[in-house]
Amino acid sequence: MGRYIIRRLLQMIPVFIGATFLIFVMVYALGDPVGALFGDRAPDPATAARLRAEFNLDKPLYQQYLLYMRDIFTGDFGTAFNGRPVTELMADAFPVSFRLMLVALAFEIVFGIVLGVVSGLRRGRAVDTTVLMFTLVVIAIPTFVLGTTLQFFLGVELAWIDPAVSPDARFSELIVPGLILAMVSLAYVTRLTRTSVVENLRADYIRTAVAKGLPRLRVTVRHLLRNSLIPVVTYLGADIGTLMAGAIVTERIFNIQGVGYQLFQGIVRQNSPTVVGFVTVLVLIFLLANLLVDLGYAVLDPRIRYA
Amino acid sequence: MPDERPSDESRAQAARPPQLAPEERAPRGPSPSIDATAERDPDDVLAAQEKSAVEALEATGRPESARSLSSDAWHDLRRNPVFLISALLILFLIVIAIWPGLIATRDPLYCRLGRAYEEPSAGHWFGFDNQGCDVYTRTVYGARASIAVGVCATLGVTLLGAVVGGLAGYFSRFWDPVLSRTTDIFFAIPMVLGAIVFLSMIKLGSIWPVVLVITVLGWPQIARIARGAVLSAKQNDYVHAARALGAGNTRILLRHILPNAIAPVIVMATIMLGTFIVLEATLSFLGVGLRPPTVSWGVDISAASDGMKFRNAPHILLYPAAALSLTVLAFIMMGDAVRDALDPKLR
Amino acid sequence: MRGGTRLATAVAGLVALALAATACGGDDGGGGGAGAGGELVRASWGEPQHPLEPANTNEVQGGKVLDMIFRGLKRYNPDTAEAENAMAESIETEDQQNFTITIEDGWTFQDGTPVTAQSYVDAWNYGAHIDNAQIGSYFFEFIDGYDDVHPAEEGRQPTADTMSGLEVVDDTTFTVRLREPFSLWPETLGYAAYAPLPQSFFDNHDAWLEKPVGNGPYLIDSYQPSRSMTLVPYEDFAGDDAAQNDGVELIVYTDNSTAYTDLQAGNLDVADDIPAAQLRNAEQDLDGRFINQPAGIIQTVSFPLYQEEWQGEEARRIRQGLSRAIDREQITRTIFNDTRTPATDFTSPVLQEAGGYQEGLCGDVCEFDADAAREMIEDAGGLPGGSVTLTSNVDTGSHREWMDAACNSINNVLGDTDACVVNPVPTFADFRNQVTNDRMTGMFRTGWQMDYPLIQNFLQPIYYSTGSSNDSGYDNPEFDALVDRANAAESEEEAVDLFQQAEELLVEDMPAIPLWYQNGIAGYSERVDNVKLNPFSVPVFTDITVD
Repeated sequence: MGRYIIRRLLQMIPVFIGATFLIFVMVYALGDPVGALFGDRAPDPATAARLRAEFNLDKPLYQQYLLYMRDIFTGDFGTAFNGRPVTELMADAFPVSFRLMLVALAFEIVFGIVLGVVSGLRRGRAVDTTVLMFTLVVIAIPTFVLGTTLQFFLGVELAWIDPAVSPDARFSELIVPGLILAMVSLAYVTRLTRTSVVENLRADYIRTAVAKGLPRLRVTVRHLLRNSLIPVVTYLGADIGTLMAGAIVTERIFNIQGVGYQLFQGIVRQNSPTVVGFVTVLVLIFLLANLLVDLGYAVLDPRIRYA
Repeated sequence: MPDERPSDESRAQAARPPQLAPEERAPRGPSPSIDATAERDPDDVLAAQEKSAVEALEATGRPESARSLSSDAWHDLRRNPVFLISALLILFLIVIAIWPGLIATRDPLYCRLGRAYEEPSAGHWFGFDNQGCDVYTRTVYGARASIAVGVCATLGVTLLGAVVGGLAGYFSRFWDPVLSRTTDIFFAIPMVLGAIVFLSMIKLGSIWPVVLVITVLGWPQIARIARGAVLSAKQNDYVHAARALGAGNTRILLRHILPNAIAPVIVMATIMLGTFIVLEATLSFLGVGLRPPTVSWGVDISAASDGMKFRNAPHILLYPAAALSLTVLAFIMMGDAVRDALDPKLR
Repeated sequence: MRGGTRLATAVAGLVALALAATACGGDDGGGGGAGAGGELVRASWGEPQHPLEPANTNEVQGGKVLDMIFRGLKRYNPDTAEAENAMAESIETEDQQNFTITIEDGWTFQDGTPVTAQSYVDAWNYGAHIDNAQIGSYFFEFIDGYDDVHPAEEGRQPTADTMSGLEVVDDTTFTVRLREPFSLWPETLGYAAYAPLPQSFFDNHDAWLEKPVGNGPYLIDSYQPSRSMTLVPYEDFAGDDAAQNDGVELIVYTDNSTAYTDLQAGNLDVADDIPAAQLRNAEQDLDGRFINQPAGIIQTVSFPLYQEEWQGEEARRIRQGLSRAIDREQITRTIFNDTRTPATDFTSPVLQEAGGYQEGLCGDVCEFDADAAREMIEDAGGLPGGSVTLTSNVDTGSHREWMDAACNSINNVLGDTDACVVNPVPTFADFRNQVTNDRMTGMFRTGWQMDYPLIQNFLQPIYYSTGSSNDSGYDNPEFDALVDRANAAESEEEAVDLFQQAEELLVEDMPAIPLWYQNGIAGYSERVDNVKLNPFSVPVFTDITVD
């Protein structure tokens, strides 16, 4: 096990280099970002040239990448176009997005799995159909609409919450944004759980367990759920990254300057230090989450072993 | 897990001589009646199982004429009302997508701003949108691009993801690190960035660039799920048994692992279909999706939610969203039915 | 899950849910929750896109702060847009080229040091110098010696450290020599780029950027980038527009809809830039507490006159025809909820008649007339290639919507749904690169936000043959000559008159179609009063009072 973990950690190095290079090339391919700094006005060529030199944009791609990598190892992730160091942006954004992700993940785990088990056990009944309807609504109505509507009701009409999250982004403020963020993923988790439960209900060991006269709750939790969770855990593990990086809409609605927001700004403004810096940290988070998921497999199903 | 017992398959496998024709080796469950009872019984499913489990212990596999997995599945499907309804619905959607003129006679691009936001009225059942276009006509005409993008992208993502994930899960020693780490790198590319880079380079009028970009950036999700499912399925005794009996890797993967690992992939795919239709809209709104004047549900849904226009005129959001829901519903039902039909444990 | 009834129930349920989710109609605003917040005016803000240096700021969010912490020689009257003396005591000239500037005594920076003539000269030299790569350095291009500190060609080294046209006479006097006569030059001095800078700006630049120090009515109390900035009145402010409140808290919002919702919930006092779609509800939501007035912004669509098919007499008539084919009234009403006003000239109403705005100068050409438009385009041989594209970036500002509407208007006029096709470009940077590299083939969006309320600023940079923002490649020697004469004119009336003659040429040639004037929109809470917007659509914070 220990050797497996070390091997996995070592694999991060090529992924890190590959991902940063790929992202670097992609931002480069977007074109020259300097012209946009001048707004609707044609850029002054001399000033533009100076700015390109300042951000190393006048050098060939490989040199830019090498310079960037050299700086990273000294802890310098570059600066955004408004002069803020990317490390500062990351220090602001990641903790907030992490908390938001935790809240959303909690919703997914609690509601997703419970709804999934219930609708799986009561397949074809009213509960199951209701959950299916919920799934369809969540898929068809954009997050923006659900988010702003809920924000308007709870924040303005009922005044239960503040519509905008404060810069501190305490957990209590993140409940509604977390719920909105979790919506689409909830649909996946619920359907995945439901399907696994339906499938495993037919398995012999459930029949055996029931035949042995074990209590129903025990059968549901120990036998049914445990064996149904592998796809769900896989999904949740992959979703950690998506929830952190892909919360653009939710973050915009609730005024959270998180990873998704900063990443989107970086892409639209074509600022490679911002984009590459954020993606690099995200890749590390993905890798760790994956490792945890793989280790989780072994817990859920002892027959799966790693050497 | 002490209650682990060899599943039906492995017993069936073990019971049959290896030289049997491949088609005949499809596993047979002992008592289809159990699940049928379980589903119809108004009481708790587990209660039903308790009852039937007693019978099941004595029950023996009914001798049946052997059929292949796929023909077996087809046999089941034809009699499944869920399948029939969803198939009819999908057929209807496809017909509309190909010949929208059958049920809508107006031009979806003819818009008069003076009629913007008008409520539904006679002849214009769904009202007018923010540009004064007829919502009904646009909803009908939007089916083509939306369904084409949704279905093609889902197929692409599912095939690529299932193959990569399946191989990574099955050949976990050598291929897993390579394939999984590649998955990680692709997973790290933000969809917006990838789409802008990719789609600003290819400027084609058709749906293919969008399908391609969604496929290239969307498969890691499915690959993860498929890998996990395969990792879990290959531990089953019937797989060991099949290998002991000399079955090749391809055969084991396709015949034994696939039917047992496909369920989560189908679930993911059916929901993804809906999210891809919406994703197309996001991309179009960023200026990198379908080129105007293509009509699609996604574009209309985005236009309706942009700037909270839905607050004053819910109908401009409602109808394209309902059409999208209906499509997703049809595919979810179809997915459910197909999965049930493929599931060996049901027999 | 079997049988048709389930399906029907399912669909019905979905529709009901969707209805419930979307039908949150616009009943009472529910705002007005005064309570918390202290005495500060809480106002919406956006993250500045550049470091907060006066000559490095070209957008409204950074400009908002600079307007509060700096006072230059002139200040534009928030109501009339007239340039009035702020720190300047007098600006005198004999020949429209050599100016003697005397500043008032007694002004201090917020770090206690006095504001002197040297503070101005140093600041302007800093802003102009190529080594500092300031976005707004072109503001100083009129001053003699600009070329020596800021060579026009890429890569050439500057040959001087300071501009030879600037000379300090004594603590309160300095002289400016321009490259060529420019009668309206003193009127430009209200722009933030001309602000004076304290010595600390040069001594410890990084520390200054973390907490900028100016000489204006407010000083920065605390600044947390991308979160908020608290400004309190500067006690020793020497100007006559001292703050009427106990301070302002600028709160960064990621989206203007969120700021608007927060305003309704009573967590914000002033929200500028309310989304246009919300304006239908704003009157109800805010009980009339909102402002919708012209700002110095005009939106146009330009033509690539560098392309052959857009040159010549026929193309000129097609351009005029296209202008007549866009129903500005309908679009500004339906799409923008009257937050835009159909344009009838190439300037902006904020200039006022005296400043050169002339309603209806464009005449019939800017008026929608479907039949006339169709006739003009068909007589001129139809659209080049049978169709025309309309290009813009779509990442900001809901441009997609009016582009669709404008194209639909043209299509309806021509009776062809393919006549005008929208061409969205994903990012602003990509769009601007395509425009400045002359890669446009059809119509493209051009907008102009004035730097200072002068008719010169609406014409020269955009339509002069060598203008810094001449995106369409318009080149008319007659136009250039009129502009040159206007700049050398002895009086403002004469200058304005000549500029308007030049503007008439634009109506004839139509290098760009004027679409609409953009308004500034703001809403405010019950807690505050005397909220107004200046011609740059920035709230006049000093005047706001808290109840």
